[in-house]
Amino acid sequence: MDRTVTYSRPIANPLHAILLAFPVALYPAALLSDVTYYNTAEIQWSNFSSWLLVGANFFAGLVLAWAVVGLFIGRARHSKGRGLSYLGVVAVMFVAGVVNSFQHARDGWHSVETLGLVLSLVCTVLALVAAFLAHGSAHSAEKRA
Amino acid sequence: MIRTAPLILALAISVSACQDSSDPSLDQTGARPELPAQNDTLIPAMEIPTPEGWGNELPNVPDGFTVTAIASDLKVPRQMLILPNGDILVAEGSGGNAPALRPKDIIAGLIKKRGKSPVEGGDRITLLRDSDGDGQTDLQTTFIDGLDAPYGLAFVDGTLYVANQGNLVSFEYTEGATSIAGQGTELTKLPDRINHHWTKAMTASADGSKLYVGIGSNSNVGERGMDVEENRAVVWEIDRESGASRIYASGLRNPTALAINPWTDQLWSVVNERDELGPQLVPDYLTSVREGGFYGWPYSYYGQNVDPRIRPQRLDLVRQAIVPDYALGSHVAALGLDFTNNGGLGGVFDQGAFVGQHGSWNRSDPSGYKVVFVPFRNGRPSGEPIDLLSGFLKDGHARGRPVGVTYDPERRVLLVADDVSNTVWRVAPRYAPPTAGERSTEQTEREPAPSTD
Repeated sequence: MDRTVTYSRPIANPLHAILLAFPVALYPAALLSDVTYYNTAEIQWSNFSSWLLVGANFFAGLVLAWAVVGLFIGRARHSKGRGLSYLGVVAVMFVAGVVNSFQHARDGWHSVETLGLVLSLVCTVLALVAAFLAHGSAHSAEKRA
Repeated sequence: MIRTAPLILALAISVSACQDSSDPSLDQTGARPELPAQNDTLIPAMEIPTPEGWGNELPNVPDGFTVTAIASDLKVPRQMLILPNGDILVAEGSGGNAPALRPKDIIAGLIKKRGKSPVEGGDRITLLRDSDGDGQTDLQTTFIDGLDAPYGLAFVDGTLYVANQGNLVSFEYTEGATSIAGQGTELTKLPDRINHHWTKAMTASADGSKLYVGIGSNSNVGERGMDVEENRAVVWEIDRESGASRIYASGLRNPTALAINPWTDQLWSVVNERDELGPQLVPDYLTSVREGGFYGWPYSYYGQNVDPRIRPQRLDLVRQAIVPDYALGSHVAALGLDFTNNGGLGGVFDQGAFVGQHGSWNRSDPSGYKVVFVPFRNGRPSGEPIDLLSGFLKDGHARGRPVGVTYDPERRVLLVADDVSNTVWRVAPRYAPPTAGERSTEQTEREPAPSTD
């Protein structure tokens, strides 16, 4: 007799969740300090952003590696679609974060400007999307004989 | 999500495509250098020629000149001074204690370090003596030890002045001495907070009553905030008796060598301009330093060219910014300056300024890495720079990097400190050139004599 088994659990295990917590916290923090620099031209806010981005990028890199590996051996292997979406979001977030670090390495007013603000915003949004994908419940159905 | 792959690729390509190259047709030397549009790329163009030994080779000199090493195994030689008895002093050291304020500072520090000598700075002054006048060094000995990144040297009325990275000290000198003990007498402190640009270039005024000290900026273009730029990017005038100091001129990003123009008695400086606006911005320059003058940094360069990286802008200061006298080329890193006297090295090198160029990092086609001669007429630069000592680069490696240049009017030779091969080079005409008094058209136009060595 055929029966359908439905799984429903997040794709991220606790350690993965902790790694992802850093980009989720640090990219929005960088965005806020960027906005403050933009409004005050007080260079220390740009310096804060630089370090926040380094921290965020470091953990985003680890999360990206985990997302790749997870496609094959983790919980996400049972929900390939969600796993691939997650990988894509994390990959774009990481690349945008690294580019943003280079942007913030420019001197003075050029360290933020429109490009820096946009990239910080993109990273912030993608970090939140990644968190929803990782922590939301994945539904997968499989027919068993 | 495979469709994100092209996006990632596009981002990666756009990052690498931000490198840009130089336009060799731009003339960036002389009174009116051609300035291209600003190009503050995401990743600045970089090329760091790494050190390599000379082997049996020597730097290149023009026909009719010789070059010899008169001191080796120094510990990062920078600037030199010739004492009245002909002894040569060489200041050795490496300063700066700027903390990494951004992740970039750590990475940029590691990259630039690749182009430097691995030898630790000596924090001392070495004396070189040529007892028999054959041009060779007969005695190389430590003259003063225990200094703190000494750079600028001056000698007035039997007193030696040494500009450490944090103070200006004096030593009483006895004719013929080969060493002086102690730390000297402090005449004044010098600005040393952060010391991003740590070198304290120095020269004495023509009448000997004042000392001028060049104090470089604490950043490329104010990116550490302007609070730390107080008393930076300036030339101080220091009273030799009292030690009292005042700002003589400002807006000079990094005045790395000072000298008195012998025809006008005016203070001149070579200045290292800002980076990361492209491979051909901003040209370093040679300029007379006007009392009370403002030369632009950080708000503008080469007069009224506004630098957008500094906020808030100061258009009131930009309007006052003086255009420097003579461009030396972008990123050449001029670190040495001295004027001819007494007919110079003869021929085309009879009247003018010698400029030591440490060499670039911020362009893919290295510039500098040589000593040039800027001809002067009537006390002003006149004509294109002429290479005097070159060949420091070979196959992408730096065999040496020129720093201080010192003209010896008694012996009619030029000394060049090299802080990568830790050498002092001596450039001399093969045959004694005529002095200024006996110069004649026939003599200056004669062919170089055939080589004998």
